[in-house]
Amino acid sequence: MTPSRTFGLEALRITKRFGDFVALDDVSLKVAPGTVHALLGENGAGKSTLVKCIMGYYRPDDGQLLVGSREATIAGPRDAHALGLGMVYQHFTLVPSMTVAENLVMARADVPRVVDWRTELKSLERFIGSMPFGVPLQARVHQLSAGERQKCELLKQLYLERHFLILDEPTSVLTPDEADEMLGLLRSMAQRGDLTVLLITHKFREVSRYADDVTVLRKGQLAGAGKVAKVSREDLAAMMVGSRTLPETAARVGTVGSEIVLSLRDLTADDARGGHGLAISDLLVRSHEIVGVAGIAGNGQRELVEVLAGQQARTGGTVLVEGEPYDGDRGTARRLGVRCLPEEPLRNASVRTMSVAENLAFRRFDRTPGDRPAFWLHRAEMARRAQTLIARYNIKTASKDAPLGTLSGGNVQRAVLARELSEDARLLVVANPCFGLDFQATAEIRSQIVEARNRGTAVLLISDDLDEILEIADRIVVISEGRIVHETPVEQADRQAIGAHMVGHH
Amino acid sequence: MTEAVAPRAEIAAPARGDLEVRLKRAAEAIVVPLVALLAATALFSVFLLLLGKSPADFFALVAQGAFASWFSLQNTLQRAAPLLLTALCCAIPARLGLVVIGGEGALALGGLAAAAAGIAMTGAGGTTAQLVMVGASLVVGGAWIGLVGALRHWRGINETISSLILSYIAIALMNHFVEGPLKDPASLNKPSTAAIPDVAAIGTIPGTDVHWGLVIGVGLCVVLWVLMSRTTFGFAARIVGGNLRAAQLQGLPVGRLILIASAIGGACAGLAGMIEVAAVHGRANASLVVGYGYTGILVAFLARHNPLAVIPVAILFGGIVASGGLIQRRMGLPDATILVLEGIVFVAILVSDTLYGRWRIFQPRATAP
Repeated sequence: MTPSRTFGLEALRITKRFGDFVALDDVSLKVAPGTVHALLGENGAGKSTLVKCIMGYYRPDDGQLLVGSREATIAGPRDAHALGLGMVYQHFTLVPSMTVAENLVMARADVPRVVDWRTELKSLERFIGSMPFGVPLQARVHQLSAGERQKCELLKQLYLERHFLILDEPTSVLTPDEADEMLGLLRSMAQRGDLTVLLITHKFREVSRYADDVTVLRKGQLAGAGKVAKVSREDLAAMMVGSRTLPETAARVGTVGSEIVLSLRDLTADDARGGHGLAISDLLVRSHEIVGVAGIAGNGQRELVEVLAGQQARTGGTVLVEGEPYDGDRGTARRLGVRCLPEEPLRNASVRTMSVAENLAFRRFDRTPGDRPAFWLHRAEMARRAQTLIARYNIKTASKDAPLGTLSGGNVQRAVLARELSEDARLLVVANPCFGLDFQATAEIRSQIVEARNRGTAVLLISDDLDEILEIADRIVVISEGRIVHETPVEQADRQAIGAHMVGHH
Repeated sequence: MTEAVAPRAEIAAPARGDLEVRLKRAAEAIVVPLVALLAATALFSVFLLLLGKSPADFFALVAQGAFASWFSLQNTLQRAAPLLLTALCCAIPARLGLVVIGGEGALALGGLAAAAAGIAMTGAGGTTAQLVMVGASLVVGGAWIGLVGALRHWRGINETISSLILSYIAIALMNHFVEGPLKDPASLNKPSTAAIPDVAAIGTIPGTDVHWGLVIGVGLCVVLWVLMSRTTFGFAARIVGGNLRAAQLQGLPVGRLILIASAIGGACAGLAGMIEVAAVHGRANASLVVGYGYTGILVAFLARHNPLAVIPVAILFGGIVASGGLIQRRMGLPDATILVLEGIVFVAILVSDTLYGRWRIFQPRATAP
């Protein structure tokens, strides 16, 4: 392998506007060949806009791109690929029902009409042999773990002769160990001159351990850039959030209660998508307690939330809330005070075409102000309540009558949380509540959950983000292949041990 | 409370903003279907030009045949009456996200049941007979489309397909009874049931030739609009239609809501059949199956499944249907020309659905993330 296989990239004074909104304002980025360059920034800082300008999905309004120190016009992703630029997305782009080899060959631009699989496999094996890591070529993609799939995505880019890779939050679906392994591989390949990497991330740890250089964006502008070795973590944080102080999550106050609010016993459910399903033998949540369910996405978390939310029927076992059987029907949920905040609230918990006020009324609309069954809608009451909740939970909307779909992700999340917490809940089921939110919204929403716990609510927090669980949970359980495989109070939690249980090595 | 969630006065939207947003949403709901109608008119004009006919003449004739004279207006309203009810058969389940296109069959069965009930009530008082006929048509029509809803919810069968197929079955059933067990031996050329008693016939609104069916249709549109927009039932139905997963999360009785809404829709179409029998034909026969059920689908879609908007749209299409004869005579165009126009309007309406949320003037001002 020659060290000249890869090349650098420069974006010079890029400006991109969407109508009146300036998404990128005079931003420059310089990635040296054979380095790992981190692109840091909060959500909405312009990271993905910049990358989309580089990959040709957007046309910048101003500025130019230099690829390998030659000026390049990239009119579309095809041009970017032809120049050797590749992108690995957060979500996987492999076909699950096909083998790794089929996926690799299919991705080529010049697939022959009739594929001679014997020759293809031989050349693929030769190719894999030249790589620092391998994947089973004949395995079907759905049989692979998330880490292996991520490796396949990387191999695909290298197989397609792309030696400048943009990775969009590549470790969000990996365990800590898998993430370390993959980033380590990328770094060593970059050091050998095989690869140049632009890594989009929000994890400081990954920046300081694996990146050579870093560029920080804030609100569409360049907030800073430099050698990673020369900037401290505090400097990076300051660049990302600017002069404002970082909001802090409220602290847990008081000890865990003794009263058992949620009790799951021998709970089983199927996974319609062909995964492991759910088989929880025993799980308790007490009042004044947040129980965090940690695990790699796809190990039964979705089934657990859906069963508790009434969106999927269980196949066996019991769900008791305050000692009573619970099936998710409306009357029981109201009487027992069960509330739920599923992930992706726009898809799972609200109606985008209905107004903010209407969405806020979902729990209350069929009761009179005197809490009796109602036939007529109390629209004035609905409007009044909406005004109160919008102000109290800081929901930013043009009007309470605007369709919920016109709100930003953080505000949709605030609205659903406002609705689910507006009356004191006895049990709150929360799934990935801060996915895709910025620091401010994340801290606010975690604070709301902690405050509900401090008021006595039992909280079951299902999250793919171990840091989130470590931050706010009282007790941690680890779910793997639909079973609870590990349990620890947060004070004694060991990141390594939790990671090992996540992947089933224990 | 942390500082982050403390009340902030400027966040609470002023009432003026609320009004603005509401007006914009209402304007969008009116402008988009109008644009679709205009686009369909333009496309249809091209079609006429290709046939060598004048679009101007065509639309002038539609206006003349539908609305120009007292006679043509009455003719229009007469035809609008069943359209109001068959449109509701599509519009009410649509609020729960169901695309039910089986109104034609529910109308046929409703008409047959009404005729059978009317014949059975021979000798009874007029009002009694009429009430029994209404009851029979409501029950049969409601059960027929209710079955579509039940199949959808409990067996996961696509409601569009099942309602279409059940519609064919319903029409075949009606033909079977009209040509078999219920056939009046005197009806030779056109097999029909026996006539319902004269006292059971629905009369005309005084001073007009328009029967009371129009008033019933308009009244039901208003009642169902109130039900869907002012009651907790309608609110729950809109949650189910807007996002089934959100409805499940709220523990709403989804199956019951779907069943009730489908049955209400079917009952409306059944009632349309009863009115056709009692006010127009006096008996059940193949004349019931002339496409009111299918045109009703178009009316419902153009009215965006809003029962109040169904009223003007049904009158518009009543007019287009009513002017068909005139167009046939004056322009030498076949009957099917009207169907071409309806088809183009339908496609334009479906395409226009993608326009909602696209035009910035109708959107609330952007908010901070």
